[in-house]
Amino acid sequence: MAVQTPTRATAGAPTRSARPETGQPWKERWAGLFFVAPFLVLFAVFLLWPTFSGLWNSFFNTSLSGIKGEFLGLQNWREMFNDPAVWSSLRNTLVFTAMSTPPLVVIALVMALLANRKGLLGWLLRFSYFAPFVLPATVVSLIWVWIYQPGFGLVNGLLTAGGFAEIDWLNTENRAMLAVVITTVWWTVGFNFLLYLAALQGIPAQVYEAAAIDGANGRQQLFRITLPLLSRTTGLIVVLQLVASLMIFDQIYLMTDGGPNYATRPIVQYIYQNGFTNYRIGYASAISYLFFVIIVIISVLQFKLFSGRKEARG
Amino acid sequence: MRTSWSYPKVASTVGAVILGIVWLVPLLWAVSTSLKPEPETTRTPITWLPEAPTVDAYRSVVDQGDLIRWFLNSSVVAVLVTALTLLVSVLAAYGFSRTEFPGRRLLFGLMIAGILVPPQVLIVPLFQEMTSLGLVDTYWGIVLPQVVAPVMVFVLKKFFDGVSRDYEDAARVDGASRWRIVWSVMAPMSRPILVAVGIFTFIGAWNNFLWPFIVTTDPSMMTIPVGLANVQGSYGLRYAQIMASAVLGGLPLLIVYALFQRQVIRGVGDAGIKG
Repeated sequence: MAVQTPTRATAGAPTRSARPETGQPWKERWAGLFFVAPFLVLFAVFLLWPTFSGLWNSFFNTSLSGIKGEFLGLQNWREMFNDPAVWSSLRNTLVFTAMSTPPLVVIALVMALLANRKGLLGWLLRFSYFAPFVLPATVVSLIWVWIYQPGFGLVNGLLTAGGFAEIDWLNTENRAMLAVVITTVWWTVGFNFLLYLAALQGIPAQVYEAAAIDGANGRQQLFRITLPLLSRTTGLIVVLQLVASLMIFDQIYLMTDGGPNYATRPIVQYIYQNGFTNYRIGYASAISYLFFVIIVIISVLQFKLFSGRKEARG
Repeated sequence: MRTSWSYPKVASTVGAVILGIVWLVPLLWAVSTSLKPEPETTRTPITWLPEAPTVDAYRSVVDQGDLIRWFLNSSVVAVLVTALTLLVSVLAAYGFSRTEFPGRRLLFGLMIAGILVPPQVLIVPLFQEMTSLGLVDTYWGIVLPQVVAPVMVFVLKKFFDGVSRDYEDAARVDGASRWRIVWSVMAPMSRPILVAVGIFTFIGAWNNFLWPFIVTTDPSMMTIPVGLANVQGSYGLRYAQIMASAVLGGLPLLIVYALFQRQVIRGVGDAGIKG
């Protein structure tokens, strides 16, 4: 696979420290900082500061009014670990992630294999597979709530036309999550599809020509060449997808509002409710931090697995 | 390439087309509903195409709603986010890739760590911060947090690392300042990736729901995704109107995507795979 690691141009710059700026007057030595300064200021104000003030808040009984509440120590944290809603919303988040990730990877791969062709048909396929991804969550939710509608919705229309009983998808506890997963797959698979497509287009044609000369048929080429060469891309997609799925909020909030009976409420929505509906900033911050730690652990584990495998492959 | 029509080839073409149609059906169904007169939308059995197409739903949505205002807000927000993100990220990527200054490695490491912080966990402290800065219900309140995109800086830095230093050295010999080099040497050479980064930033900013939803309370400051979230309630059960507003809300980006499809695909390749 054509993984082009950018090769740093060595000509004219044998080592970094030998470059003309270093050891130069003060102005030259610090000049580079001016380029990163605008980003760093925004980074500090809108990312670093809220990250730490969130942690700080989790030890206080602060409400949304902005007045710092009394110091509670670990009380918010203790409450959180004993709050069944934290665990049920965390569980919903994990269930959503487990249900959505496999189809989002597999369907994306199938789409890429199917749409990797030239001409107008290729263009049309790429358009229809990716188009939903560019829509806002609200548009997607409006369309799919309409599609799942009992009575005159498209899905139930098809079910009844086929002689099946209709399902009130979004108001049935064990169907609502499936409905959200189906919508999410339709909406977001396009991004993974593009990653696969780009990787496919990076495989040199000579590889297939050589295989064809050796008598490999289409199936053998797919399983012995294409899929193995895509394994690094698959790793990347799984990493990105797991983290993206864990952060689920928009479409659930818009389609089911976490219902019915909290059966679909994800952890981000529980954070939102505590902060902005119950005005419990401190408690919402503690849950945010629990969630943050989980995301970091999962990211690091995945990264370890992922880079370990790359090393093993040489 | 062989052009003979073998069985697997036909099967894969048929499969590809069927999947394409399945993927377009929800969109076409929304368009079809939006063109129906209201009573027809709730009739059973369902009709695939409107019997007497009408644009009444679109007319009433545009007349009664704040849709045009939200459209304007989304445009301002998306353009500002895209322009500022590109400006700030290109400068930072150049700084991290090509200059030396004390603390450079440390700051770069800090920025990479920032990629791990999900925006979803920042909504509460960020909203408090916006309240104290007086930026709730302002464009800057919506825009500024979205400009901080460590991933973009990382992707651009990787790309700049791959650009030969010879071009830059030649420009330096000709007396170009570093500022000049960024905009006249590096930026033009990275045009494809800048276009891709720009398009994705634009789509992301236009579609962002959670943050604008948190930081706007005044309907006149809402963006399209946030405003549309209120539509279902306010229109009651008028499905043709709901679908008409969904179509209007989704159309601009579908057009942008149709126009820039090639750049989008190439950009994902450059940023996601080779980076």
